[in-house]
Amino acid sequence: MSQISSASPAFTGNDPENRLFGPLPDVTGEAGYEPDHPARVGFFTDTSVCIGCKACEVACKEWNTLPMDDADGNRDALGLSGMSYDNTGMLGANSWRHVAFVEQSRSVDLPMPAIGAPAAPGQGVGSAGGCGGSCGSAETPSHANADGVTIDQHSVLNAQALSSFDPQTAQSADREIRWLMSSDVCKHCTHAGCLDVCPTGALFRTEFGTVVVQDDICNGCGYCVPACPYGVIDQRKDDGRVFKCTMCYDRLTDGLQPACATACPTQSIQFGDLDELQARADARLATLTEQGVTTARLYGRDTDDGVGGAGAFFLLLDEPEVYGLPPDPVVTTRDLPSMWRHAAGAAAMLVGVALSGFLGRRR
Amino acid sequence: MPGLGATYGRGGATGFQQDLVNADCIVIEGSNMAECHPVGFQWVMEAKARGAKVIHIDPRFTRTSAVSDTHVPLRAGTDIAFLGGLISYVLENELDFRDYVLAYTNASSLVGEDFVDTEDLDGLFSGWDQDSKSYDKTSWQFEGAHEPSATGTDEIDPPAPQKDSLGQPVTDPTLQHPRSVYQVMKRHFARYTPEMVGDICGIEPEVFLDVARAVTANSGRDRTTAWVYSVGWTHHTVGVQYIRTAGILQALLGNMGRPGGGILALRGHASIQGSTDIPTLYNLLPGYLPMPHAEEHATLDDFCKVGDEMVGFWGGTRAYMVSLLKAWFGDAATAENDWCYDLLPKINGDHGSYRQVADMIQGKIPGYFLVGENPAVGHANGKMQRLGLANLDWLVVRDLQMIESATFWQTAPEIATGELVTDQIGTEVFFMPAATHTEKEGTFTNTQRVLQWHRQAIEPPDDARSDLWFYFHLGRILRDRLRDSTDPRDRGLQALTWDYPTHGPLVEPSAEAVLREINGVGPDGKALSSYTELKDDGTTTAGCWIYTGVYADEVNQSDRRKPGREQNWVAPEWGWAWPANRRTLYNRASADPEGKPWSERKAYVWWDEDAQRWTGHDVPDFEATKPPSYRPEPGAKGAAGISGADAFIMQNDGKAWLYAPSGLADGPLPTHYEPDESPMPNLLYRQQANPGREVIEAAWNRSNPPTSDVYPYAFTTYRLTEHHTAGGMSRTLPYLAELQPEFFVEVSPQLAHERGLENGGWATLVSARTAIEARVLVTERMRPLKVGGGRVVHQIGVPYHWGEQGISTGDSGNDLFGVVMDPNVHIQESKVATCDIQAGRRPRGPALVDLVESYRQRAGVKSGRVPVGGRSPVEETNMTGEDSGADTTQSAPDHIAEGTS
Repeated sequence: MSQISSASPAFTGNDPENRLFGPLPDVTGEAGYEPDHPARVGFFTDTSVCIGCKACEVACKEWNTLPMDDADGNRDALGLSGMSYDNTGMLGANSWRHVAFVEQSRSVDLPMPAIGAPAAPGQGVGSAGGCGGSCGSAETPSHANADGVTIDQHSVLNAQALSSFDPQTAQSADREIRWLMSSDVCKHCTHAGCLDVCPTGALFRTEFGTVVVQDDICNGCGYCVPACPYGVIDQRKDDGRVFKCTMCYDRLTDGLQPACATACPTQSIQFGDLDELQARADARLATLTEQGVTTARLYGRDTDDGVGGAGAFFLLLDEPEVYGLPPDPVVTTRDLPSMWRHAAGAAAMLVGVALSGFLGRRR
Repeated sequence: MPGLGATYGRGGATGFQQDLVNADCIVIEGSNMAECHPVGFQWVMEAKARGAKVIHIDPRFTRTSAVSDTHVPLRAGTDIAFLGGLISYVLENELDFRDYVLAYTNASSLVGEDFVDTEDLDGLFSGWDQDSKSYDKTSWQFEGAHEPSATGTDEIDPPAPQKDSLGQPVTDPTLQHPRSVYQVMKRHFARYTPEMVGDICGIEPEVFLDVARAVTANSGRDRTTAWVYSVGWTHHTVGVQYIRTAGILQALLGNMGRPGGGILALRGHASIQGSTDIPTLYNLLPGYLPMPHAEEHATLDDFCKVGDEMVGFWGGTRAYMVSLLKAWFGDAATAENDWCYDLLPKINGDHGSYRQVADMIQGKIPGYFLVGENPAVGHANGKMQRLGLANLDWLVVRDLQMIESATFWQTAPEIATGELVTDQIGTEVFFMPAATHTEKEGTFTNTQRVLQWHRQAIEPPDDARSDLWFYFHLGRILRDRLRDSTDPRDRGLQALTWDYPTHGPLVEPSAEAVLREINGVGPDGKALSSYTELKDDGTTTAGCWIYTGVYADEVNQSDRRKPGREQNWVAPEWGWAWPANRRTLYNRASADPEGKPWSERKAYVWWDEDAQRWTGHDVPDFEATKPPSYRPEPGAKGAAGISGADAFIMQNDGKAWLYAPSGLADGPLPTHYEPDESPMPNLLYRQQANPGREVIEAAWNRSNPPTSDVYPYAFTTYRLTEHHTAGGMSRTLPYLAELQPEFFVEVSPQLAHERGLENGGWATLVSARTAIEARVLVTERMRPLKVGGGRVVHQIGVPYHWGEQGISTGDSGNDLFGVVMDPNVHIQESKVATCDIQAGRRPRGPALVDLVESYRQRAGVKSGRVPVGGRSPVEETNMTGEDSGADTTQSAPDHIAEGTS
C-alpha cells in the first residue's frame, strides 16, 4: 500500500485513533516509507539573528526559477508596498520565502545626565507590553520634573536594563526601537491539510518528511488553498496550479541543503534533522530567556499543537500575530474522521429508515 | 585612506572581519554593515553571541541598528564632535592605556612653539593663508624634527625646503609638558563635553556617556574594542579627519594591532582595496608610491630624496620604484637612463575625477573611458556628470548593462528639460560589453587586504570580454601602430614589456602571468618571496611592491583555499594578504615593549626568547628576528632605524601619530566643522565649515547657503541591501528589482506632518542643483533631532540607486548633491547636504528648471541656468587643490564613486 498521497490511514478505518491530528513521531513512516527512510528534516528559523537581507528570497527564486512578483502576488509586476522594507508582501505561488519587516517603537526613560554609576540593571521594567507601529510618542517623553516626579510615560523602561534585552531591539536615544525581521516559509506540517485534501496525489510526503507539490500532476482544483491553516499554498492566477516551498526537494536528493539556508549569512535559517534542530532551538530559547528576553518563544515547535508540530518552525520575539502568523493554527482536516463517522452514522440511519420503510411495506 | 595612513603608516583596514569575534565591544559608525556588508556582518553577530556589546552610531535606524544593543541617532556630519567628545572623555578621566600610549604613540613628542590651535584662532590652525585657501604647515612641526608622512595612500610629503635632515622629535615621557602632544590634544578637545556633543549631534548627553563608558570599559590590557567604518565617513568635506579622529581614539585606548581591536575600513564594493593598491587614481603608482610630479620630481633622485632619508619601511622607496620600472620596461630600463623614469607620465596639479568633469564641460577633454562606473547615477551632481559626458568627442563605456552613462544622450533628465538636445550632442559612444567575474579569472582584493583568486566558470557570451583582454589587446594594437614611430612621446608605449601569454579561442591573456609580474622576480628569474628582497640596482622586479610574496615559491598564493576549520583562527592559508600575509597590521603592538603579550586573553604576537624570534597566531608585522631590546644607531635609516620596541614600522618615528605634523592638508588634529550645507551653525567655532574644502563655482554646481530656510532639511544618501551602488547590477535583475522596486525617501512622522507627506505618496525634493521626486516611507526609524538652542533638525533618508534604465527606474538621489570636496583626497561630500521637501510630484519639462531657479532666487543663490548643451564656465575658481597636487594626499577611488561593476 503506497501511502504517499491523500490516502491517510484515517480513511481506511484501520486505526482506532484519529491520525489526522496530534503528535506523530514518525510522519515519514506513517506515510508508508520503509523503516530505513531518512530522518525527518526541517528548518529552524531563528528570527533573533535575522538581518533582513532577503538573500533567502533571492536564492529561493534563483534556484526554483520563480517569476518576479509584487507585494500582492501579481506576476511580473513591480511596486512599492509602503510597508517598511517588505515589498514581497506574503508567501505565494511566486514567493516561497518572505521576510517580514515589523517596525515598533516606544519611549523609554533616560536617566538624567550624570557621570556616576548607571542605574542598576533590571530596575523599572514596568509595563513593557509590545505596541505596534504608531504608539511610540512623537514627543520626547517627559523626564522627571523639578520635584523629581516622573510623569507621563508611554512605558517606563530603564535604559541600562534594556540594552541587554532582546536581540532585535536597540536602544536609540530616548526610544526603544524594534525592527523585527523574520523569514517565513511553508511549515511542512506534521498534519498537512493541503496534502490530506489533494485529490490527485500531486501533493505528497517525501522520504525526508517534507510536503511537496508536483506541478506536472496538479490539476488546479485548488482544494488545498483553503485547507492550509497558514495561507501558504497559492494558485498561480494565469495557470491555476498551486506552488509552494519544496524545501528544495531536488537539492535534498542530491545531498545539498536548501538554497535559502545556504544563502543565509547569519545562520538565521538553519536546516537539518528535525530532532536536532528542535534541541538546538530549545537551547537557544533557554539562553535568551536567561538573558531576560521574556518575549522570546518557539512557534511550530510543539508537537501537541494544531498541526502536530511543524517541519519548519521559528523562534519569535513577539506574539505570532505581530509577524502575521496565526496564533493557534489547526489543521483543517482535524475533524474529518468525526465528520466521516457522523456521515457514516447519518448514512446508516438513512439506510435504516429506508429499510424500515420496505420492511413496513412487507408487513 | 590617508586618515589611517597618516596615523599608522598604511592606508588599509588594520584587521580582518573574522577577528571581530574577539572584540569585547564593536562600534559601527559611518557604516551600515548589516545592509552593505551582510556576509561579513556574521562575525559581528557571532561576537554578540559571545557577549560583545554592539553599538551603531548613524543618523538612521537601519538593519544594523536593529540587531545592535545601542543605536545613537546622531545628526549627519557631526562625527568629529562625537569622537572628539570621546577623546576628551578619555583624556580628562585619564582612561587611556598609558603604557601603550607611552610605548607606541607620539603622545610625548613636543610640538614646536609656533603652533597655534583652533581654540585660539576660532576654528583655524596656524599657517592659514586666505589667498590660497590652504595651510603652510611649517608651524605644525615637532620640536627638533621634520616628520615626513609615511602613509599608505598618503604620499610622501615633499621635503620642507628649510629642512635638511629629518631628525627625531624631542619628547617628555611624563606627558606633562604643555607642548606635549598629550596636553595639546587635551586642550584642543576640552570643549567637546557631553553637553556640547549633545547640542551638536542632537542626542542626549546620557546617550553619549553610555557609549563612552562602554568603549573605555572594554579597552585596556584585557579587553579590546573594534571600530568599523565605511563610506559614511569618507564622503564628507572633513572625511579624512573623521578617520583621523577614530585613529587617535583607538591609539589612546591601546586597541591597535591587537585581537578584537583595530579600525576596520569596509570598502565600497568588490576589489576596491585592490584598485587602490594597484591604483586607478591619477596621483598614485602601484603600492602607494606617489605619481611623480612634473616639477618636484624631475629626476629619479628627486623622487627618492625623502625616501632615502627615512626611517622605517618607506626607506625602501628607491628599491620599490626601480623594481617597478624594471617590471614595466624590462631590458629597456637601465641605470644609465634612470630605469626609464623619464617615460613615466607626470602630474602637475589636481586631475581628480570632478576636476576632469569640470574640464569636460568646458570642452577641454576629448575622450573618456568609463569602466565599471556609472557616474550619471553614482556620482554627486548627476547633471554635472551628464553635461560633461555630452561635451566629449568620444566615450568608451565598458559595463555589464546598458547604463545611464551610456544612454545619457537619449535618456538624461536634461533631455526632458531642454538643457540637452540629442541632435546637438557630439559625443560618440562606444559600448563594450564586459565579462562578469564568473566569466574570467583573476583576483579580488577584499576589504581586509586579502587577495583571493577566482577561476573562470564559463566563457563570456557574445562580445563580452574581460577587462584584462580589453587592455591587453588595446595596448597590443596601439604598440603595433606605433612600432615605427620616432615621436618621443611614444617611447613609453614602445618600451613596455607587453608579452603576456594568451590562451583559448578568445585569445585571453593569462591572469596568472600578470599576477606573477606584479609579484616580481629576482636575478635568477624566480618569483620573489618578500618586498624586503627588492633591490635598487635593477636586479629585481615588482609590479606592486606590497604584493610581493603573492607568487612566492612560484605558487599562486592567492588561490589557497584551506578551510578555516583546518587551520588556526587567523586562517593564514586562505588567500594571501598584503603585506607579507599579515592579517592584522601593527601586531607588534599586541605585545608590550619587552615583547610579552599585554595579557593572556589578548595574546597575538610575541617575542620567543628561546627561539630568538617573533611568533604567534599571525605573521608578525615586524622583522622576525629583531629583538625587543634592539636600539638603532644614531642616524640609522630605513628598517634599521626602527627600534625593537616600536610597532608602527612604516612611520619615520615608529609611532602611531596622535598628532600629525604632516600628511594632511586641513590640520594636524581633527576639528569639528559643519558640512558645507548644514541646517546648523557651528557651535564650537566661528569657522563654519572646513576652510580648505574644495569648491567648484559654476552654474551647474550651485551650493545651498548654510542655515537656509529655503533648504531647511538635512538629507543623507545610502545604499540598500537589495541594490548595488548605481544599480546597473541590480535594477536590471528581476529578483533584486522586485525587492526594492521604486525610489523612495524616508521621513519621520513629524516631518511628514510638517510637510503633509503621506506614506506611499509622492514627494519632491529640491536643492540648488535640481528637483527630484520619490515615493515616501514614513517611519519612526527617522528621528527629529533636538540640537543646541532648542532647535529641531529633520533628516531625510535618500537611497541613491535609481536612474532611467533597467526594470526598476526612478530619479537619482545623487542629482540633489553639489560637488564640494575634502582637500586631502578630492572626495565629494555626499553623505550630507540640505534640501526642501514638498508633497506631490515634480514638474515636467522646462518647468522643472524654473522651479529650481525660483528656489535659488529665494535663497539668494546665483542663477543656475545653463545654455543648451551645458557649456557654462567655471567661475573665479577657488579650488585650493588646483596648484597643490604635490602636497595633498590622495586616496581610494571607492569614495569618489560607487561604480556599477
